[in-house]
Amino acid sequence: MRLDHTDQQLINHFQRHLPVCERPYLEMSRQLGISEQEVIERLQSLQSRDVVGRVGSVFEHSQAGASLLAAVAAPEEQMDLVAARINRAPGVNHNYAREHTYNLWFVITAPDHELLEEHLDELERELKLSMLRLPMVEGYHIDLGFDIDWEALS
Amino acid sequence: MSLPFSANYLAPDSADSSSSEVSAWGLLRLRQQLEQGLPLAPRPYLALAERTGLSEQEVMNAITQWQSDGLIKRFGLVVKHRTLGYTANAMVVWDIADEQVQALGKAMAAVPFITLCYQRPRRLPDWPYNLFCMIHGTNRERVLAQLDSLITEHSLQQVQHSVLFSNKAYRQRGGRYVSHD
Repeated sequence: MRLDHTDQQLINHFQRHLPVCERPYLEMSRQLGISEQEVIERLQSLQSRDVVGRVGSVFEHSQAGASLLAAVAAPEEQMDLVAARINRAPGVNHNYAREHTYNLWFVITAPDHELLEEHLDELERELKLSMLRLPMVEGYHIDLGFDIDWEALS
Repeated sequence: MSLPFSANYLAPDSADSSSSEVSAWGLLRLRQQLEQGLPLAPRPYLALAERTGLSEQEVMNAITQWQSDGLIKRFGLVVKHRTLGYTANAMVVWDIADEQVQALGKAMAAVPFITLCYQRPRRLPDWPYNLFCMIHGTNRERVLAQLDSLITEHSLQQVQHSVLFSNKAYRQRGGRYVSHD
């Protein structure tokens, strides 16, 4: 999707450090040289076009609760079905098909480890597929947002 | 009724008398609200205050505090790269000797085109890999070229690895720890 220069600037500047003050969108608008109302409208538009998922916070997994990366090897012809079932489990927030014997990869979160394991046990029983459970041991670089290469996209 | 997670996430600064007066339930509700996203209204923190029973100032203080504590690691626009055209997303996994994994993880994290990098346990015999890195690119060839340069740069020619391109996203959204689906 092609974005205009102002949308690009909005993304370039505010993937992190959103202002925390009474009128944050006004503060952002001053940096971009547009009106507060336009910032709000552009954010709404970016969300409706599914370019921006949300304006908000990314919590640190290890502090925010329990989370892990899991994978199953689903029969090729049942992938959509298995993926849909995984999405119905509580706390699944990423779920991707990947090119590998383990072809469905998902991130699942819960308030604590016990609940997380319970949810996975239930899912494993229901799917009748063995599951890789891969908790994070150490993060070296975790979702800080990254600079978009607009040229490569154009 | 007890809180669903340790209270120090809610009031990390509880030794300080001013913050210990802030309602723990209000802070929990604030976290639930923040997982859904910031309201797109001129005074979003006031809107959050009205939804949580906190004051606008308490909302702003909590967000600032959580950022400095590291509970919130990033506060801003969460971009959906796939929509923008970053359609080639590869998870590259490596089997690195335990004594080298930390140093290599840190080195990889500094590479500009690597967007995530973490260590996870092996699950033998099915899964021998313990270091994961993510490369987001605009096309497959470009990602593979970046991977080649990474292998050369860090002398990883002899290291067993696997490249898992993703070909479909069934779900992509922020983690929700305390709010409901």
